[in-house]
Amino acid sequence: MRILLVDDEQELVSTLAERLSMRGIDADWACSGEEALEKAGRQNYDLAVLDVKMPRISGLEVKAEMEMIQPELRYIFMTGHGSANDFYSGSSDAKTVGYLIKPVNIDILIGKIKEALSG
Amino acid sequence: MTDHWQTLGEEGIQFMGKMSASISHELKNVLAIINENAGLLNDFCLMAERGMEIDPERLARISGNIAKQVKRGDQILKNMNRFAHSTDHPLSTVDLHATLAMVVKLATRFAANRVVTLTTTPTNKPLLITSRPFLLANLLWRCLDRSMNFVGTEKKITLSAVTKGEQTLIIFNGLSDQPIEEPAIFPSQQDSDLLTILQCTLTTASAVGELTLTLPQTTGN
Repeated sequence: MRILLVDDEQELVSTLAERLSMRGIDADWACSGEEALEKAGRQNYDLAVLDVKMPRISGLEVKAEMEMIQPELRYIFMTGHGSANDFYSGSSDAKTVGYLIKPVNIDILIGKIKEALSG
Repeated sequence: MTDHWQTLGEEGIQFMGKMSASISHELKNVLAIINENAGLLNDFCLMAERGMEIDPERLARISGNIAKQVKRGDQILKNMNRFAHSTDHPLSTVDLHATLAMVVKLATRFAANRVVTLTTTPTNKPLLITSRPFLLANLLWRCLDRSMNFVGTEKKITLSAVTKGEQTLIIFNGLSDQPIEEPAIFPSQQDSDLLTILQCTLTTASAVGELTLTLPQTTGN
């Protein structure tokens, strides 16, 4: 399985990717919506973990663009906000399999990833 | 309470809420990065227990990452503390340079979302006036928020405070040449109420991309 982590906090996504790789999950990362779309145009992923709020292109907008590039992709959203409003306002569809509040518990994230990709 | 103050009370609560939400969002990111680095250290500990060799330089880098985020979090909290204390006294002596720096830090995340850079003109000397600290911060935020929608091609807004005779000016520089004032939107009723209570005037010079607030040395009761 190959996943793409997207967040404008580079230290967060790079470290999370390293930890997921240690657990046998092939994780790539991007620090902006533009970089994520560029990567999705070059290689296939099974799942994208998207920060909701990012400069220029939000996580929800990235998802809308990615759906055109890779229609089979699944999504998990993560946010610093304590409310689920952002998620339920635009992402409660079959392709979106989870919504996590930062700081993310890696075991819960892995559980969501496995759940998404086994279904 | 007059309508005037009621409007400002509601606006003030919204301002406080907006800034608090932004600060908490920023702190969540700081904690998330610390969380991942602490987790990575734990991963390396488990690997070491299984006999794997761990590069000390790698551990030093993780420790450095955590220290960097602790420093970042401390700066955010210091600014939040300064902001919270702006409500202590309705009327007090304020250093305008420090107030500008505080508002710019509060607005940094909003600016980043709009791909705008905010700076203040560096200075070593305080510029003291008597004013209403919280309402002044609120007015500065509202002007900055509006200015960010009218930023010039360099995408950089510089705030500076200077004295001119008996008056003090706060200048927002780096705006586009488009008219920033728009009936019913800016200055709004809230902006006008803040300007009145702070005894300020707002002028714009679209040709040079500037918005200027003119303040008295002392705001009356």
